[in-house]
This record gives sequence, C-alpha cells and structure tokens, in this order.
Amino acid sequence: MPKYLLLKHYQVGPDSPTADFAPMDEWSADEVAAHIDFQREVGRILTESGEFVDAQALTQQGAWVRYGGPDAAPVVTDGPFPETKELIAGWFMIDVESEARAHEVAAWVSSAPGKGGEPIHEWLEVRPVMDDAPANE
Amino acid sequence: MTEALLRELGPQVLGLLVRRGADFASAEDAVQEALIEAHRVWAEQLPEQPRAWLVTVAQRKLVDLQRSEAARRRREEVAAEQPGPGSAEQYDDTLLLMFLCCHPDLSPTSAVALTLRAVAGLTTREIAEAFLVPEATMAQRISRAKRTVSGAAFTTPADIAVVLRVLYLIFNEGYGGRVDLAAEAIRLTRLLVRESDEPEVAGMLALMLLHDARRDARRDEHGALVPLDEQDRSRWNARQIAEGVRILEAALARDRRGEYQVQAAIAALHDDAQRAEETDWPQILAWYDELVALTDNPLAALSRAVVVGEVDGPLAGLRALDGLDEALGQHHRLLAVRAHLLARAGDTDRAEALYRDAARRTTSTAERDHLNRKAADLRAPD
Repeated sequence: MPKYLLLKHYQVGPDSPTADFAPMDEWSADEVAAHIDFQREVGRILTESGEFVDAQALTQQGAWVRYGGPDAAPVVTDGPFPETKELIAGWFMIDVESEARAHEVAAWVSSAPGKGGEPIHEWLEVRPVMDDAPANE
Repeated sequence: MTEALLRELGPQVLGLLVRRGADFASAEDAVQEALIEAHRVWAEQLPEQPRAWLVTVAQRKLVDLQRSEAARRRREEVAAEQPGPGSAEQYDDTLLLMFLCCHPDLSPTSAVALTLRAVAGLTTREIAEAFLVPEATMAQRISRAKRTVSGAAFTTPADIAVVLRVLYLIFNEGYGGRVDLAAEAIRLTRLLVRESDEPEVAGMLALMLLHDARRDARRDEHGALVPLDEQDRSRWNARQIAEGVRILEAALARDRRGEYQVQAAIAALHDDAQRAEETDWPQILAWYDELVALTDNPLAALSRAVVVGEVDGPLAGLRALDGLDEALGQHHRLLAVRAHLLARAGDTDRAEALYRDAARRTTSTAERDHLNRKAADLRAPD
C-alpha cells in the first residue's frame, strides 16, 4: 500500500476560489482554534480508517545549513528562499489504497476552516513516498 | 515451543468457532483471550490435549463475550442479525478462515492485515512494523476488517483466486520489522495446499519457493539489487528449488494450467541454469506466450519482450513492445525495458536517457539506484 506525504504550505491561488486568505494572525482565537481542531479531527479519523502514519507541524522559524568544508563550522543562513509562502508549515503522512484516495484526503485537508469558518482552499503538495521494496525480476 | 504451538492452534480454533456459527469479530476476540490464558497456564504445565483445552476455553470466553454483547444490545435495542455458517461445512477450518479473511468486501490491504492477524497469528505490533505504520493505525485497520467480515453474510466462498492474490501480496510486501513476511506467505500457502487440490494453489507455492530460493543472491552486501544474470548462483537455495520443481511438476501433470503454474515454470527454468548463459530462453519464451494468452496482463507482455530480445535479438524485442505504450504509458518498467533493449541494439544515448527517466518514475529506492547505475554504466563503460 503506497504512502503519501501531504505537505501544507498555506499557499493559495492561482486557481483557488480564494485568491488569498487572511493570515492567521488576523483570525479570531475561535477561528484559530477551529482550524487546529480540524487538523486533530483529520488525524483521528485517518487513524480510525487505518490510514494514518504521521502528522507534524513546523515552526515558522528555521535555518538553512550546509557543510562548510573540512575543519570549518556549518554554514548557517536565514535561507536563500526567505518568502514565507515557500516554507513548509506541516504535513500528514498517510498509507492508502490508491493515489485517488491520497488526492481525496488532500482535498479534505485543504478544506480546513479559516477566517469566518470558510474553507481556506490551500494547495496541498502530494508526494509519493519511496520504499525499498525489491523489484520483481 | 508453546509459542509455535499456539500460533498453529489459534487459527484452527478460530475457524472452528466460526464454523459453529459464531460471528467473526467475537470469535477472534474470544480466541485472543484464550491464547493469553494459555500463555499463562501452559507455562506451568502443558495440557495433555492442547487443542481441546484451547477450544474449551475459547468457547467459554465466547459465551462471556456474547453475554455482555447481548446485554449491550438490549440496552441499545438493536436487532441482532447473526450470519449462519451457510455452506461452510464442506471446508476445513483453516481454509474457511482464509476465505473469510479474504472476503471480497475487504480491500486487498485490509485482507492482508486480517489474514496476518487471524490466520498467521502475528501480533498487531508485528504487522504494523512490517508495513511501517503506527500500531494504533494497524489496530484500527484490523478491527474494521473484522467488523466488515462479521457483518457480511457468509455465502459460498467460490473464488480461491482472491485468497491466492492476498497470499502473493503478503509474499511481495512488507518492508520492516522482525517478521519475515515471505516466509509467512509460504507457510500459509502450505496450509492451503494441504486442504485444496486446486493446481493453481500448488502453482503458487512452487512460484513462491522458486523465487524465494534466490533471496540471498538478490542483494549485494550494501543492499543494492543484483539482476538475475549477475547473481551468484551458488547462493541460491538448492533444496528449496528442488522442492518447488517437484510441486510444480505434480501440478502441471494435472493439466489444468493457470497463471501461477506458468510463472512458476518460468522461475524454474531460470533456477535450472547453472550459469546465466545456459538459460533456456526459447523455452522461457514459450511459457511467456502462454502467460500472455492466459492473463492479458501488459506487464507479462513487457517481460516477454525482454525474452524475445534474448531469443531473436534486441530489435525483435523492441518490436515486441509495440502497443504496450497505450496500456503502460510512462510506467518505469516499460522505460527500463526499452532502455535495456536499445542499449543492446547500440543506441546508448537514448538508452541512457530512458534509464534516467525510469529512475525518476519508480517509487522503489532500490530500483531507482539500480536504474541510475545502468545509466551511468552506459555513459562511462568500463
């Protein structure tokens, strides 16, 4: 059964019904709570359906790090891509019967409520996870 | 010792309870509780008749469960509909259990999980580890499958092909954990062979044995894939090959061929060659012709094209790929086979590009690395 990573970027447009949604710091406390509850509910229902593998949220802060060479310290910057929209905010990993089912779950995750309880219609990036299964000869 | 005995007896007792009319989910719960009790009691002293002991205790647990279940139902005022044992009488208990666990209402994934739990007797944790999912997820997957099977009226389970497909999935799947799923699949197929005289069941067992015999040679010390023609054949399991061939010959003698017997025959011909150069390609091609006629499977036709390439040369192999694009599209195997045949025909540039493209499209890391190596070899031949 294939695994998929559903990456949340909080990115909307160009084809989303919402060209943009109000950033989370403009939401009321209840709206934020409803949004977080929705994520928890997704995780719970996916566990119940036997499809849940993992879910994590990431902080907005982070660093870009690379090898600096022998005997040199790691090179650390704020990142070559500072736009926050390029950042990954979190993910679900699911183990599902088909790609079609992965898309269905992603669409559901994208319907999370935002300001005014309206679905935010963010784009979810859906990536198949590789495994080490031996190929048939 | 006790562990092995319990794993053997558990499914038998579960099958018996189901045959006597118990619903699957309650019976499975009852057997689990009985097994836990057996673990405790048998450590002190093994009963004289372990199976009878287990049946008695499981029966008792079942009555307890049904009592509390009945009480719950009365509270909820839900009408209970117990499926009868139907026409199950003609089947052996283990066979009956396998048919239930591979019920057509279950998805293949659910059938695999339930079979490993109820027939193979693995723990939920072991199954979760094998498929790299959290234990809670696997527990839910199994319990949903149990409910589905319990709710479905058990009519004549005519289609042994579904059971074979599930066993083959178990044989080919599983990535992690301590449990050897290929060995489990072989063990379960042996049980099935004991109770079914369908030649395809024997064909499946032969196929598994003949493939599994090459397991140690299939990866190098770094875990990289070693293609068939480069494998160290002294590492193949000769005893297992001999057994597979014997089972296959007996099945073929019945003259009711099916896809698994034919695939086993192909595997046997590969296993029979002491060196890759001694492979009897014309005969393998004849079996592939039969397989393609039997299954109409484009992946079988794809493998056949490789064999055509061995028998009649790479250009004939490439011609044998005609018409497969429609069925397989940009499937990485199609790209890899075309790359292999083009490389043999001398068109290394296109072959390299196709190998790279195939490497980008596979979801197996082992296959990706192998395909990238093939591409690199073409660019810098040694």
